[in-house]
Amino acid sequence: MKEILRIEKLNKIFHEPEDFQVLKDISFSINKGEFVTITGKSGCGKSTLLYLLSTLDTEYDGKIFINDTLITGSSQNELARFRNKSIGFVFQFHFLLPEFTALQNVMIPALRLGKYNEKEIKDRAYEKLKQMGMETFAEKLSSKLSGGQQQRVAIARALINEPALIMADEPTGNLDTANTQNVFDIFKELTSVNGQTIIAVSHDEDFARNSGRIIHMVDGQIETN
Amino acid sequence: MFPVNFEISKTHLLSRKKQTLVAMLGVTFGIAMFILMISFMQGVNRFLENTLLQATPDIHIYNDIKTDYSQSIAGDYYKNGELTIVRHPKPKQITPNIKNAEQIITDLQKNTDVAVVSPHISTQVFYNYGPVQINGLIDGVDIMQEARLFGIANKMVTGKIENIRTTNDGIIMGQGLADKLNVKMGDMISLATPMGTSMRFRIVGTFQIGIGTIDNLKSYVNTVSVQQLLGKDRNYITDINIKLKDIKNAKPFAAVFQKKYNYKSEDWETSNASIMSTFIIRNILTYVVSITLLVVAGFGIYNIMSMTINSKMKDIAILKAQGFASKDIIQIFLSQSLIIGILGALSGMAIGFGLSLLLSYVPFPKTDFASMKYLPIIFELKYYLGAVFFGIITTFIAGVMPSIKASKVDPVVILRG
Ligand SMILES: Nc1ncnc2c1ncn2[C@@H]1O[C@H](COP(=O)(O)OP(=O)(O)OP(=O)(O)O)[C@@H](O)[C@H]1O
Ligand SMILES: [Mg+2]
Repeated sequence: MKEILRIEKLNKIFHEPEDFQVLKDISFSINKGEFVTITGKSGCGKSTLLYLLSTLDTEYDGKIFINDTLITGSSQNELARFRNKSIGFVFQFHFLLPEFTALQNVMIPALRLGKYNEKEIKDRAYEKLKQMGMETFAEKLSSKLSGGQQQRVAIARALINEPALIMADEPTGNLDTANTQNVFDIFKELTSVNGQTIIAVSHDEDFARNSGRIIHMVDGQIETN
Repeated sequence: MFPVNFEISKTHLLSRKKQTLVAMLGVTFGIAMFILMISFMQGVNRFLENTLLQATPDIHIYNDIKTDYSQSIAGDYYKNGELTIVRHPKPKQITPNIKNAEQIITDLQKNTDVAVVSPHISTQVFYNYGPVQINGLIDGVDIMQEARLFGIANKMVTGKIENIRTTNDGIIMGQGLADKLNVKMGDMISLATPMGTSMRFRIVGTFQIGIGTIDNLKSYVNTVSVQQLLGKDRNYITDINIKLKDIKNAKPFAAVFQKKYNYKSEDWETSNASIMSTFIIRNILTYVVSITLLVVAGFGIYNIMSMTINSKMKDIAILKAQGFASKDIIQIFLSQSLIIGILGALSGMAIGFGLSLLLSYVPFPKTDFASMKYLPIIFELKYYLGAVFFGIITTFIAGVMPSIKASKVDPVVILRG
């Protein structure tokens, strides 16, 4: 099994309102094709860790390697290009661009990447929405969608560039059982068939148990057992 | 620029049409006023310049009467070193003519940069009209040279300029002066000099240049006639008027001639210094007002872009999280302000042209000084291009700062909520 992500002694301290260490000496590695769930109590630092792994947050101590390359210390431009191509992110609060339709929201990262022409991108985006059961809302403005619908569009958007790494912060938080199951099945298929890697934060115990591996956090540290 | 950046920028603009329109109208208004003002002001300048050039030679050489009394002949008489005080010294008899005029004229005619050389004898005269004496000027000229200088052939109201050459006592009179004297073609008129001599002339033509101070004061006669009137010989010349092949050389050449011939030599801008200074004032006014308008429009854009960016923090964070770099964010927002600027500038150009066109049909009341029928408006492409250029530069500057601010947004801070 090939290693895709390795972190060494990650530390993160917030200085406002007062010094507070959220992450303490976190180290682990994840292989290509793994489906990992990060669990832990609210406020234990799961989202914070995910922002570090996704290269969005660059203020930390320690090292992050992706595909054996040291990411820590890269320029913002390199990181932006890397995120566009290799990381799909689903936020805890499903953020979409409100003036654009569901379909456009899914298309935008792919248009930025420019790997396919617009027609192909449109077809692919439509395909992803269909997987999420959102094809009937493709032309609807994203600000007019319900919370759960927005979340499904956000997942479709994270998948559009077929990134090597997909990071999802409570991707099923707003979904009913049927849709949760659907998202879980899709994730499972992406890891086993496509060899993509998924790191998801979830409070859902079934979701965590059925994924390939659980990383449990307690107060900014990884609980080993 | 990535097409997707442009798409996003377009969607942002269209999703708040009202704001976009208001920002655009600011630029439109600024550009339109800029064009209107500059076309009008420059039109006035050009009109005045043309009028002046119809009455002022490019270079005027004359014998400037000196008022320098630092030297006195008193010293020649009191040589024993006593202090001599001379109160109110006066010049001895002066003759305002150019001594070696013949020589200077032939020399000027050889100069390849000179187009026309027209020797003059100018003097003050009284035009006698019954018991009334009207003060005026008489110019003794070679009428053909003078015509090449100022084009009076086209300004004749009655008669032809050639008439003056076929008669010994012909005079061509300013129309205003002729009206005042109530004389017409063919009438006889008597002129008297301040020295007391007088002569009679027959009117063979009248002209109207369009400048009151000339039409109401001046007449032309042959050189010889003035020489006779003043009781001078045939070499007596008081002024030499010069037209250059290129009027832009007037200033440097005037200096050269002054040095070479040792007579006062004045270019047309210096002769009309007081009027030229109003040109500068008009230009300053035009630019100050136009730039103020553009700056106000620029602030409008700056404001609207800042507001847009503050309300789009989330969007910026989302875009960055998905791999849009700082450069892309700058492109997205800067292009919005440039689109506003370009559309505003183009519509401003159209409106500016329309208003200028309307203004050019506004009739101008007839006056003594100027003979124009409508307000003078210049239509010149360079003003339009200049206005668009400045408009776009302004919106660019107004857009840069907010765009850079947008590109510096830290997505994590926004996404954490
Ligand atoms: N910008 C910040 N400044 C200071 N403290 C912060 C900041 N963001 C988060 N924290 C703190 O860091 C800790 C971890 O926050 P984090 O958002 O990672 O929690 P979480 O595990 O994702 O919780 P949840 O399950 O509720 O989403 C919390 O105690 C939180 O109060
Ligand atoms: Mg969280």
